[in-house]
Amino acid sequence: MSDTALMELAEQIKTTRPDCVLSTETAFGELTVHVALASIPAFVEYLRTDPSMQFTSLVDITAIDHPARDARFDVVYHFLSMWQNQRIRLKAQVREEEMVASISKIHPSAGWFEREVFDMFGILFSGHDDLRRILTDYGFRGHPLRKDFPTTGYVEVRYDEAVKRVVYEPVSLVQEYRQFDFMSPWEGAEYILPGDEKSAKDAG
Amino acid sequence: MKDTQFDDARTDEQQIRNFNINFGPQHPAAHGVLRMVLELDGEIVERCDPHIGLLHRGTEKLMESRTYLQNLPYLDRLDYVAPMNQEHAWCMAIEKLCDIEVPRRGQLIRVLFCEMGRILNHLLNVTTQAMDVGALTPPLWGFEEREKLMVFYEAACGARLHANYFRPGGVHQDLTPKLIDQIDEWCDSFPQVLDDIDGLLTDNRIFKQRNVDIGIVDQKIIEDWGFSGVMVRGSGFAWDLRRAQPYECYDEFEFQIPIGKNGDCYDRYLCRMQEMRESIHIMKQAIEKLRAEPGPVMHRGKLSPPTRGDMKTSMEALIHHFKLYTEGFHVPAGEVYAAVEAPKGEFGVYMVSDGSNKPYRAKLRAPGYLHLQAIDHIAKGHQLADVSAIIGTLDVVFGEIDR
Repeated sequence: MSDTALMELAEQIKTTRPDCVLSTETAFGELTVHVALASIPAFVEYLRTDPSMQFTSLVDITAIDHPARDARFDVVYHFLSMWQNQRIRLKAQVREEEMVASISKIHPSAGWFEREVFDMFGILFSGHDDLRRILTDYGFRGHPLRKDFPTTGYVEVRYDEAVKRVVYEPVSLVQEYRQFDFMSPWEGAEYILPGDEKSAKDAG
Repeated sequence: MKDTQFDDARTDEQQIRNFNINFGPQHPAAHGVLRMVLELDGEIVERCDPHIGLLHRGTEKLMESRTYLQNLPYLDRLDYVAPMNQEHAWCMAIEKLCDIEVPRRGQLIRVLFCEMGRILNHLLNVTTQAMDVGALTPPLWGFEEREKLMVFYEAACGARLHANYFRPGGVHQDLTPKLIDQIDEWCDSFPQVLDDIDGLLTDNRIFKQRNVDIGIVDQKIIEDWGFSGVMVRGSGFAWDLRRAQPYECYDEFEFQIPIGKNGDCYDRYLCRMQEMRESIHIMKQAIEKLRAEPGPVMHRGKLSPPTRGDMKTSMEALIHHFKLYTEGFHVPAGEVYAAVEAPKGEFGVYMVSDGSNKPYRAKLRAPGYLHLQAIDHIAKGHQLADVSAIIGTLDVVFGEIDR
């Protein structure tokens, strides 16, 4: 898809729905529209029904965690128009305590995607019929794709021969989980390398 | 006399409650670890609630702490029936972010192996779906051919299933002329096997009774539930990413897009059979081109390892090799969505890079996830026995659904 076609689409969206769109950008041949959180359902409905858009297929809903940011999460929607052969990406910033309006009434396929985002990030969707966990275990606690959730998790399971069932235990690792630090000390690492603190003490 | 004494022998009609059963997770027709809670009214399915996630391995979380190159094998483990098609999406996302052009021969090899993956997938799907509805011979014949294809996988990359063969910037190693000849030979012999399977199933009375008019998908379902791939084409829409949004060098290949008419299980079966024939056609063309066009298979640069020869003589090449396999390459910051027409539908990778050597966030969009989601809608009102036919035709593999 050419960049000019994307620009035209972006312009059209901006002029017809100025209330929803915060900004648009095109990069790598893809159009990203930043929208206000509250206007998502109305905007999605517009994209689906407008005869020049026809973004009738929901491709994906996901989220990105930025723990340092004020509005912690980005909710990302991908849509596809089989009729116009175009793709579009919507992004909205969500605070940790905020709720996102569900679009499962507009696109039924959003149901599982929203369940997954809830499961993985703990973002709540208002108006969703069935917001259960989907991928994690029954009775799982925590939201794994948040950056502050450890990759190892908190519990492990094993079959206990004595009680004849699977038991949950706090995770215990024989070896520390290896997180490699690839930051090159030659390229201005800002932390203190192990051992450096001694030389500072000697000098001072 | 007490009134309540004969309560159990009331003559007015008894309250009849719907019957709930668990389908799976240990059920051969569940195609893996699917647990489905079915609410039945007699033999009729009233509601089905799939419980997925029994094969959840946290791939997306793991990817955030590994380099781009280390993440590549995880893609094999998603849809393990056609591994290279997934790798393709991952590589395309990186190539898009780094703005890299894959050398011509690398592209041809990718096309060749993607189509091989399509045949691998459709062979498994068509034949096991036939097994779900009662035929035992097709899987035996189909798996024999799958075995031969896996030998080609092994010859190209050393692994039968988890290939790790497509790399950002091309493919890992060139194919030998002998291997290309062998694939060519196989392409000549395979249509015969396909005709045999065709002869077993297409006009088979039982197979038709179990599949015709079962699980009908129309345009509304396609749009509402985000279908892609054969699930769309079986209903008469010629939507194929290879044609609609061509990637690699698919635009120069000649192939047809088979479409169905009624959108039922039987049409989707016919589509898959015909797609295998088209794939053979594409593979033949790719082989011709590969014979005519020697050249590099990998983009030479920071993303690819130096040649062995260089490493023996050049210090820089040795450092490059070491850095590539420890630290990995850095991908420019940005976000990108790359999709391929995987055998099951649109497989996409949404990648957010922060400029480091690891993806900040990687979302894998599996086609089966959406297809399975719609089963409640599609199977409602069908007989219990049709549920297994529908699961079969949805083409679900839990590696990619549960991730």
